[in-house]
Amino acid sequence: MKEDRFEPKIIAFMCNWCAYGAADLAGVSRLAYPPNIRPIRVMCSATISPHHILRAFQSGADGVLVGG
Amino acid sequence: MIKFKLNGKKVQGEEGQFILQVAEKYGVEIPTLCHHKALEPAGMCRLCTVELFDGRRTRFVTACNYPIWEGMEIRTDTDSVHEGRKLIVELLLARCPDVPIINELAVQYDLKEPRFKIRDDTCILCGLCTRICDKMGNSAIGLTGRGVDMKVDTPFQDQSEVCLGCGACISVCPTGHLKIEDIAKHTVKPIPSEYDAGLASRRPIYVPYAQAVPNTPAIDRSVCVHFKTGGCKICAEFCPVEAIDHSQQDEVVELDVGSIILAPGFEAFDPSRFDSYGYAKLPNVVTALEFERILSATGPYMGHLIRPSDKKEPKKIGWLQCVGSRDLNRCDNAYCSSVCCMYAIKQTVISREHSTEPLDCAVFYMDMRTHGKDFDKYYENAKKGGVRFVRSRIHSIDPVPGTDDISVRYIQEDGTIAAEIFDMFVLSVGLEINQDVADLSERIGIELDDYRFTQTDSFHPVATSVPGIYACGAFTGPKDIPQSVMEASASACAATEHLASARNTRTKILELPPERDVGEEPPKIGVFICNCGINIGGVVRVPEVATYAKTLPNVAYVEENLFSCSQDTQEKMTDIIKQKGLNRVVVAACTPKTHEPLFQETLINASLNKYLFEMANIRNHDSWVHSGDPDAATQKAKDLVRMAVAKTNLLTPLKQTDLAVTHSALVIGGGIAGMTAAVSLAHQGYPVDLVERSDTLGGNALLLGKTHKNEDVGSFVTELVKAVESQDLISMHTQTSISNVEGFVGNFKTELRNGESVKTVEHGVTIIATGAKEYKPDEYLYGEHPAVMTHLELDGLFQNNDPRIEQAKNVVFIQCVGSRDDQRPYCSKVCCTHSVKSALDFKQKNPDVNVSILFRDMRTYGKREDLYREARAAGVLFFTYSPDQKPEVRSDGDRVIVEFTDRILNHKLAVRADILCLASSIVSHWDHPLAQLFKVPLDSNGWLLEAHQKLRPVDFANDGIFMCGMAHYPKPIEESIAQAQAAAARASTVLALENIKVGGIVSDICAELCSGCLGCINVCPYGAITFDDQKFVAEVNAALCKGCGACAAVCPSEAPALMGFNNNQLYAQIKSALSI
Repeated sequence: MKEDRFEPKIIAFMCNWCAYGAADLAGVSRLAYPPNIRPIRVMCSATISPHHILRAFQSGADGVLVGG
Repeated sequence: MIKFKLNGKKVQGEEGQFILQVAEKYGVEIPTLCHHKALEPAGMCRLCTVELFDGRRTRFVTACNYPIWEGMEIRTDTDSVHEGRKLIVELLLARCPDVPIINELAVQYDLKEPRFKIRDDTCILCGLCTRICDKMGNSAIGLTGRGVDMKVDTPFQDQSEVCLGCGACISVCPTGHLKIEDIAKHTVKPIPSEYDAGLASRRPIYVPYAQAVPNTPAIDRSVCVHFKTGGCKICAEFCPVEAIDHSQQDEVVELDVGSIILAPGFEAFDPSRFDSYGYAKLPNVVTALEFERILSATGPYMGHLIRPSDKKEPKKIGWLQCVGSRDLNRCDNAYCSSVCCMYAIKQTVISREHSTEPLDCAVFYMDMRTHGKDFDKYYENAKKGGVRFVRSRIHSIDPVPGTDDISVRYIQEDGTIAAEIFDMFVLSVGLEINQDVADLSERIGIELDDYRFTQTDSFHPVATSVPGIYACGAFTGPKDIPQSVMEASASACAATEHLASARNTRTKILELPPERDVGEEPPKIGVFICNCGINIGGVVRVPEVATYAKTLPNVAYVEENLFSCSQDTQEKMTDIIKQKGLNRVVVAACTPKTHEPLFQETLINASLNKYLFEMANIRNHDSWVHSGDPDAATQKAKDLVRMAVAKTNLLTPLKQTDLAVTHSALVIGGGIAGMTAAVSLAHQGYPVDLVERSDTLGGNALLLGKTHKNEDVGSFVTELVKAVESQDLISMHTQTSISNVEGFVGNFKTELRNGESVKTVEHGVTIIATGAKEYKPDEYLYGEHPAVMTHLELDGLFQNNDPRIEQAKNVVFIQCVGSRDDQRPYCSKVCCTHSVKSALDFKQKNPDVNVSILFRDMRTYGKREDLYREARAAGVLFFTYSPDQKPEVRSDGDRVIVEFTDRILNHKLAVRADILCLASSIVSHWDHPLAQLFKVPLDSNGWLLEAHQKLRPVDFANDGIFMCGMAHYPKPIEESIAQAQAAAARASTVLALENIKVGGIVSDICAELCSGCLGCINVCPYGAITFDDQKFVAEVNAALCKGCGACAAVCPSEAPALMGFNNNQLYAQIKSALSI
């Protein structure tokens, strides 16, 4: 990520069955998007508790995406 | 290996390589114009001139075609090299002052005005075009003339007859000098992409679409230049793994099989044969299939809703229904294609979602046939959302002169003529069977009907006329996805019923190496980073990622692969894991959704537990979406690898245990569906307990007369009951209800109650086929006047040869009684056909009888349309009514007077009817207790809710329980039977297993941490968690757990952990992601 301007770090929790597959399909379709997200695969978005989201912010994330 | 110096640095190349190739490898830039990797170097443009020092003197050579030798010294950036190149560029600039690439070079060399005489050529005579044309095996163009008159041309300057129009010359020309129309005599068209319905083009070597199986490119021999001239073969030269073999031949493979299933699908109707719709001429008149591609994110416009002619966003789109369906005048497709109404509505809704501005959508239709589950609700929602539905058959679609717009004129329901202009028009084309399929059918001897669909009867919906050959999908008649999927399973069931004895006779047992216990070992991680050809390596700097991976904690081995998934790499990987004693593996490659099982198998082969594996998705989530930014993509790849390693450090082996399967089934419901499923399973060799709540088998079918194909339902039911009764493997339980259910897939225990006696049966699977019932209306004098009756009651009169049938002079049917209203917002699917069939039966008994059918939309879908046409020909009168102007019925002695408004005449009419048949709806039994016992859901109309409406139409979300028949949704007999066979097929996928695997990625509750708050039990969607009253803790049944982890998220004490995705692993990934 470039240093000269603010680039957010985003943690994306992605459900294996939908959002993760959608992100795969975005790749297959070569849909370009900014390289700021760091995806974490989970088996269901239901497994994400506030703890995970807070932990991400505590660790320095600028944004959290829960895709499910 | 040859060593030499390049700009003072020591470099090495292989024998036979040229300077340019080695320079490229070492990242030294040398400009070229006439060079192309696929062609032999020619040294034509001289731009690649470099300085060579051979130990004694310095001279200039062209880098592209000067072979390297030991000890030479090359300089690419000396002043004299630059001066030489500058002169060449200056000369080219004078020759071609308007060519972009030359202008760019001029800027680089700081050239403004050339000192030489300016000409206006665009060709730099690099000869790439002529060389590549030669390589194509087809010298259509060449360099003609001499000296200053030299130019690229065709023989005699005529358009060439031999040019194939392959476009290779155009693709290599650096200046844009060539035009295909100057060279080729015939018109050259791009190869239309089949996947994009011709809206985009494809190459001769291609993968049909991103999700194609197998996902490997194929060469279309009909357009590949090599197969025309013997030349080219560039693809083979470029393929890094030498996978292309042009010498492959078609081969005839003989297979020894017990049955055949035909699923050849359909072809969309081609409307170019209709002049009046302008499809062939007007670019903005598209077929629905083309429009589907326009809407698709993977389509020609990336899902951006624009019209083909000028790529503008349309503001107004029209749909014309029944193009190539319900039409005997201009084509031979008299049938209804069944799916077009619904797909048109779907397209209106999606178009409006895709459109940035409010989009005006109008659908021009004859009858709106939304007879599927939840379809009517979708239709009503579209109407409420503002989509216009106009009942009108448009004759012609015309261009608006001077624009790309489209104009239509149509008659509105009130008789007035309207004209409208649209930006785009979609033709809702029907389904038809391809000539090749008809030819195939003739070869194998199966009978087709007049429309080329298979000749099947209602009681054997997937059987063709040849025993052992089955058919499914649109080949048996036009149908949508859920019905096609049901038929697919049904034909699998029918095909395997007779092959039951051969089951597992050709199975090979896979021998797996024993698993190594790595419990006490510290993590020793192997990281394998895949280039995926150029898919990853072309964007992400893989060597850099590999170097980085070596620095990560506990990484013991790192390797780069060209293709990690290839067979040879897999074997190599297995060896490395064993040799290096690795105990955890990370593969940085594509997506785990497609490749995790493959790599897990590699781990198993290397004696490792398959859960000691993690993937970093550096292709789909990285190189493919950040191809424009290799730096960021490389950084992201490093981050993804680091995150995967962080998690992998914490991975533990997970166990899967085998649970034996009880090889028997419970079928609930003794109607046609239940009996069919039971008999099918018995034929497969499995014992069945068949439970029926009443005292007889047969269900609703006992009350039905004939099917729409005029087959006698009664005699079929009698035979089916006999088949059930004579089957030793079926135990019948009539007057029985279900009082308790325990267990899960493979191991159910169900309590059957018959009065006071209770019996427990053990079974591996359950099929619910509890049916539905006819609604008893509370309007139109039903129950008050003897002339008013329902369909089943009318069928009773027919079956008993009641004299009222022949004596009736006037008969009226009212459709949609209790259907498609606020209380039951669904279509009961069978009533239109039932009324039309009964009307014809009346006419057959007494041709003078007047029969009137009052309807809203005539839904005689598929081949049933023939009956509708027959009925009109026989003089049956059809009148539409709207729900806000329902017919009125009053008593008149033995008869009733039915009063309604004819919407064409706009006049009130009255019929004094001897018989008024109410086409009443089909309603659910609302089996709440049964649904609760099996923990399966009912929808808002009381129908069993399937796991996926399109792709899993007989499954529940819970494993081991299946549904069929009208408990799922109202349907005719052939669809009930197909679904019953489908349920039996799905059930046998469980019953055919010796054991089921339980465990792996499931939740595990730590008893010490559990405080017994029941929070997890409340959120578990699968009922997989129970509470142990003694220990006062919650416990997970691994067989029911689907591994969603909801329990882990809700627990305040973090007692449940989702194995393989536990909190510590997720926290490690989060921390690692943000650690840089």
